Amino acid sequence: MRLLKILERMLAAIPVALGVAVLAFLFLRFLPGDPVQIMLGDTKVSQQQVTALRHELNLDEPIGSQLVHFFGQLLHGQLGTSIIKDQSVSSLIGGALPATIELTLATVFVALLIALPVGILSALYQGSWLDRVVLSGALLGVSMPSFWFGLLLILLFAVEAHLLPTSGRISPTLLVERHTGFMLIDTLLAGNVRAFVDALKHLVLPALTLGVVFAAVLARVIRSSMIEALHRQYVTTARAKGVRERVVIIKHALRNALIPAVTVAGLQVGELLGGNMIVETIFAWPGVGRLVVNSIFARDYVVVQAAVMLYAITYVGVNLLVDVLYTVLNPRIVL
Amino acid sequence: MSTRRLVPAQRLAAGPLKPIAAAWSVVRRVLRRPVGWVATGTVAGYIVLAVLAPLLAPYASDATDLAARLAPPGAHHWFGTDALGRDIFSRVLYGARVSLLVGFLTVTITSVFGTLLGAFAGFVRGPFDTVTARFTEILQAFPYLIFAIGMMAFLGPGFWNLIWALSLKGWVEFYRLARGEALAQSETEYVEAARALGQRRVRTLFREMLPNIVPSILVLGTLRIGYFMVLEASLSFLGVGIPPSIPAWGSMVAEGRDVLFIAWWVSTIPGIALLVLVLAINLLGERLQEVLDPHRKVVS
Repeated sequence: MRLLKILERMLAAIPVALGVAVLAFLFLRFLPGDPVQIMLGDTKVSQQQVTALRHELNLDEPIGSQLVHFFGQLLHGQLGTSIIKDQSVSSLIGGALPATIELTLATVFVALLIALPVGILSALYQGSWLDRVVLSGALLGVSMPSFWFGLLLILLFAVEAHLLPTSGRISPTLLVERHTGFMLIDTLLAGNVRAFVDALKHLVLPALTLGVVFAAVLARVIRSSMIEALHRQYVTTARAKGVRERVVIIKHALRNALIPAVTVAGLQVGELLGGNMIVETIFAWPGVGRLVVNSIFARDYVVVQAAVMLYAITYVGVNLLVDVLYTVLNPRIVL
Repeated sequence: MSTRRLVPAQRLAAGPLKPIAAAWSVVRRVLRRPVGWVATGTVAGYIVLAVLAPLLAPYASDATDLAARLAPPGAHHWFGTDALGRDIFSRVLYGARVSLLVGFLTVTITSVFGTLLGAFAGFVRGPFDTVTARFTEILQAFPYLIFAIGMMAFLGPGFWNLIWALSLKGWVEFYRLARGEALAQSETEYVEAARALGQRRVRTLFREMLPNIVPSILVLGTLRIGYFMVLEASLSFLGVGIPPSIPAWGSMVAEGRDVLFIAWWVSTIPGIALLVLVLAINLLGERLQEVLDPHRKVVS
C-alpha cells in the first residue's frame, strides 16, 4: 500500500516536470523581440548568419514542430549548443556541476552543524535568554542579504585578517589533475595534502556565507518541531519509564522532530540553488550558478534556458525524494 | 505568553467592527509590545526619509566629485563617498525609495491577484481549480532568484521590468494560501448558512469568505515585502535589476566590491541600510502574526 502511494507521488511529479520543460521552452520564444537579434546584440553579422543561427535553433519551424524537436533533443539528453563557446550545453553544465555540488554539500554541512545544536538547545530551554538570542539571531539570518554577508566575510577574514582566500577553488599556483571535478577528492587522489588544505580553505567562506543563512531557517524549524515533539505523550512515557534524559531527547524527541525539518529543508532547496548563484559570483566559484550569470551577460540564452530548466527539475526531484523519505520514515503519513 | 489576549481572526474581520475600526484595533495591538513599535517606527522612519530624500540629501544622488573620491565617512560625507566621489549618504536615502517602492508595489500586485485567483479557485473548485493549482506547482518548481534572473535577462534592466519579473511568480504564495483557506472555509457553518439562505455565490465569496482570508494574507504580505526587497537588491547586485542610472542599494554594494580592499564603507553601508529595513519588516510581520493569527504559522 505504501509502495503504491510512493509510486503515485512519483507519477504526479511527471506532469510538473513536463510543464517545467514546456515553460523553459516558451521562455526563449514568447518574449518581446526576436531571440536571435537579442542574442547577437550589437555584433555586426550578415543576414546569412542570422538565418543560419535561426535555423540552428529551429526557430524557422512552426512552434508545434519546434516543441517536438525540443523534447526529442531532451530525450537524447541534448540541451543544445552554446552560441558563444561552441560547446555543447550539457558538457558546459557537466563541467561546472561538481563545483556546485561540492559547495552545496559543504553549505548543508555548515548549516546542520550550526542549526542542529542551536535548535535543540533553544527548544530545551524555551523562553530562556538563550532561546531569545537564538530566535533573534535566526531572524537576523533570515533577513540577511547573502551577497552582502559574503562581502562582509571577505572583508573580515580575507582583507583584515588575511586568513582565507577570497576567490576561486584553489590557488592558481597549485596544479591538480581533474578526475572527478570535486576539488577535495581530486587533491586527495593526487596525494597532495597541501593542495587539499588549500582547497578546503577556499571552500570555507562561500560555504559559510550560504550556510549561515540556511542555518537560520533550519534552526527555527528544528526548534519548533522539537518543542512540539517534547510535549508529546511518548516523551512523557519514556521519561516515566525512567529512560535517561539524554536518550529521551535524542532517540525519542529528536528523531520525530527531524521529519518536519527535512520537509522544510527540501522546500528550501530552491532558495539554496538561487543563493548559489550569488555566492558563486562573489567568490568566483566556477559552478553552474556562475555559468548562468556569465551566460546572461554574454547573451548565451541557450545555456540560460537549459540551466534554469535543470534547476527546476532538481527542485522537483529533491522534493519528490523528501516526500518519499517522509513516507519511509513515518509510515503513518499518507501522501 | 499565556496571559496575552488572543483574538480569533474570524471575530476580528467578520464581526460588527467596520474595516477602519478593525484596522485601527490591529495597529493598537501591534504597538502594545516594544517589538511592535520599534519595528513600526523603523519602517515609518525609512518611509519618511525616502519621501523627503530630495530635501534631506546634502548632495545630488548622481553628483560626482572626483577630488573627493573614496573619502572615508566624516563631517563632509557622513557615509563617505564611492569611487566616483558620489556622496553615499545621499545615495542611501534615494536608494530607500527604490527598495520601498519595489517591495510595496510587488506585494500589492501579487497579493491582490493571487488572493482573488486563489479564493475563487478554492470556492468554485472543479477544472478551474485543478488547472490553476497545477500551473502554480510548475511555477513553484523554478527557484525564485533563478526565475527572476531569467526573466530579467530577457526583459533587460528597468524598474517596471523588475516589478513584472518579480510579480510573474510572486502571486503563487498568495494563491496557495487563499485557496487553502477558501477550501477549508467552504466546509464551515457560516458559509453553509449563507448558501442555505440563498445568498448569491459571488456575494458569499466576497462578503463571507474573503474577509476571513485577509488577516493571513496581511501577515504573508508583510513578510513578502522584505523578501522582495532582498530579491530586488540581489538582482541589482548582479547587474540585472534596477538600471545603474537609479541609485539602488544592491547595485551600490556591487560598485563597492571592486574597492572592498581599500574602502570598506562603499559596500558595507548600503547593505546595512537594507538589512535594518528588512529586519524591521520581518519583525513587524511576526508581530502581526501574533496579533492576527496566533494559532497558525503562515510562513516558516
